[in-house]
Amino acid sequence: MRTIRGMTATTTSARSDLSELGRSETALRTFLHGLPGVDQVGAEQRAAQLGTRSIKTTAKAEAIDLAIRMVDLTTLEGADTPGKVRALAAKALRPDPADPSCPHVGAVCVYPSMVPYVAEVLRGSGVHLASVATAFPSGQAPLEIKLADVRAAVEAGADEIDMVINRGAFLSGRYAEVYDEIVATKEACGDAHLKVILETGELATYDNVRRASWLAMLAGGDFIKTSTGKVPVAATLPVTLVMLEAVRDFRAATGRQVGVKPAGGIKTTKDAIKYLVMVNETVGADWLSPDWFRFGASSLLNDLLMQRTKLTTGVYAGPDYFTLD
Amino acid sequence: MFEYAPAPESRSVVDIKPSYGLFVDGAFVDPASGGSFKSVNPASEEVLAEIAEAGADDVDRAVRAARTAYEKVWGPMPGRDRAKYLFRIARLIQERSRELAVLESLDNGKPIKESRDVDLPLVAAHFFYYAGWADKLPHAGFGPDPKPLGVAAQVIPWNFPLLMLAWKIAPALAAGNTVVLKPAETTPLTALLFAEICQQADLPAGVVNIVTGAGDTGRALVEHPGVDKVAFTGSTEVGRAIARSVAGTRKKLTLELGGKAANIVFDDAPIDQAVEGIVNGIFFNQGHVCCAGSRLLVQESVADRVLESLKRRMAQLRVGDPLDKNTDIGAINSAEQLTRIRELSDAGSAEGAERWSPPCELPERGFWFAPTIFTGVTQAHRIAREEIFGPVLSVLTFRTPAEAVEKANNTPYGLSAGIWTDKGSRILWLADRLRAGVVWANTFNKFDPTSPFGGYKESGYGREGGRHGLEGYLNV
Repeated sequence: MRTIRGMTATTTSARSDLSELGRSETALRTFLHGLPGVDQVGAEQRAAQLGTRSIKTTAKAEAIDLAIRMVDLTTLEGADTPGKVRALAAKALRPDPADPSCPHVGAVCVYPSMVPYVAEVLRGSGVHLASVATAFPSGQAPLEIKLADVRAAVEAGADEIDMVINRGAFLSGRYAEVYDEIVATKEACGDAHLKVILETGELATYDNVRRASWLAMLAGGDFIKTSTGKVPVAATLPVTLVMLEAVRDFRAATGRQVGVKPAGGIKTTKDAIKYLVMVNETVGADWLSPDWFRFGASSLLNDLLMQRTKLTTGVYAGPDYFTLD
Repeated sequence: MFEYAPAPESRSVVDIKPSYGLFVDGAFVDPASGGSFKSVNPASEEVLAEIAEAGADDVDRAVRAARTAYEKVWGPMPGRDRAKYLFRIARLIQERSRELAVLESLDNGKPIKESRDVDLPLVAAHFFYYAGWADKLPHAGFGPDPKPLGVAAQVIPWNFPLLMLAWKIAPALAAGNTVVLKPAETTPLTALLFAEICQQADLPAGVVNIVTGAGDTGRALVEHPGVDKVAFTGSTEVGRAIARSVAGTRKKLTLELGGKAANIVFDDAPIDQAVEGIVNGIFFNQGHVCCAGSRLLVQESVADRVLESLKRRMAQLRVGDPLDKNTDIGAINSAEQLTRIRELSDAGSAEGAERWSPPCELPERGFWFAPTIFTGVTQAHRIAREEIFGPVLSVLTFRTPAEAVEKANNTPYGLSAGIWTDKGSRILWLADRLRAGVVWANTFNKFDPTSPFGGYKESGYGREGGRHGLEGYLNV
């Protein structure tokens, strides 16, 4: 029998205890506020320390290929068109047309209206198709509309749904409301994987990030994701550290593994490698796979390709040698 | 698995000479007796250089040189001019920091990431800080016109060779004293490179003198009748002997000695950060830290959880080549120190404490000790009372804040302590009651030149760092 802080397991297993939590606002609040706090200075210091690891030669080559496989190649613009997303999907399949040994990315991430066009290109390729739904990015729409958004995306061929949590409800302490929305969205997803976007830039404190992470996991999220990329502060190393600690502790408590996706603002190979080091030293090898860790990014991919070419040829090729899609 | 490829810092940035003389009166000279000893790389047991051994005659020569420089040049020099030299030294240290960091790691065995990111920035910061005081002594709170003492004899340990040199030399020179410094016999090389920096900075001859050697050299230096001030950092045993030898003389004495710090973790602590703090507290610099958090006092209600996290974290520590940029724990400084760590650890097991280390492969050559924790330790165990000065943590538990205070203070030492709790009022309550010179709250092993450092009880007396650090070098 395991014990979770703030909630001592008194029945047969911790697992059943945690599943009861969502039934009452009080139980959820007691649990979330009983989680150990996060010391801001300490968390930022640890993240900075991990950022000083020196990843060279063979380790760098492995890290770059892994990072490419973890990219959720994303376009979320009002100006997205079928032509634009088809091109992006083509790039996802063969990121470096000049080098067949280059792996494909993890997924393509688009708005629901663009899903059918991407689905045509990706079918049978092994590249996942993710779609943001639930009135992305603000989440400020009636629940029925959010759920319809999800169902439409899944029907059109998305096998991963990136939802946003109701930050307004979270920040005003209505945890049960956030929980119920996630549960409903998970149900609407059917077989599709659910990534829960916490929008950590709006949650502001690491204590909130930890609580929102647990809330999303308790409600059934398959992945927790930092950001929409639509607010000024997106993914950071310390925020990702706190989320990684949460998925680690959640698995220890329940046996269920949840993935993590930092998104927004990760632009360079150097940054991506810092994240991989953090995954490696915080949660370990179990999470070092595209099934459990993703990068939500667009421009990152070309930098990864550029560094990959540099490692194999010894020279940097100019930006015109990499496709702009 | 994500294996990190070797990422060694290049040792070609530093030029180690086959042999070094003594630095006396602005020049490197041979010792009168012609004696020498070897400094080895503790990570490989390779001999790095042949070092001159200073005898009583050499010490006498150095003290005389310091006296002359004090009377003729440095003492009469206006503070603003002394400041210029100190600023110049600080800048040269920054410019040559990579070279100094590599040399420090080679000679001491500490990981390059620590010598590069902790030791060297602090060394430069100390010189910058005290350079700023040199022309402002009337505003330091020691009267309108405080005077220097004269010649300072300074004996420093091997755990932070260059940083301890900075802690000693920077305030001494800022206050207007001249110095004769003896580095530890296992780690003299960065002090000798510092001597070259003094030459490069055109520091007047005799203001800084460096005499190398072991215990006899140190004894000759502190007992020399020509010194006005003795500053020592090292073991309590040697500190006691020094206190006896200067008793009854006019020499002013400051001692910074051993410690057995309590790192106190309450049940409301931010656990993940507390674990980082525990790791940093005891495994930083292989635990060769006088203020190391070598006793973990953890509240019983969270002990299992903290220990589980701690063990998981310890399994991530990378032990090995100090020059690899990804190494977390380097080599034990000497065979002698390794023997002591082994002896005390064996005593811990023999007395019934439970020993645990993560699986870790140690290099064959050199002096190594795996990071180790002992659980089930009581106040009566030797490993809870004696300073191990190695990567060995003793874990004890407590039930109430009052018991935490009692146990934390129940040691002859009193250098530092750590408190981990989310409750601000408890931090203040506890800090008032801990008999330790430095109390860290939700952090550990943080140093800054503006902050005074020193001990209670058998951890010594006097303060180094900050405005307070000037007092030991002024006639007040």
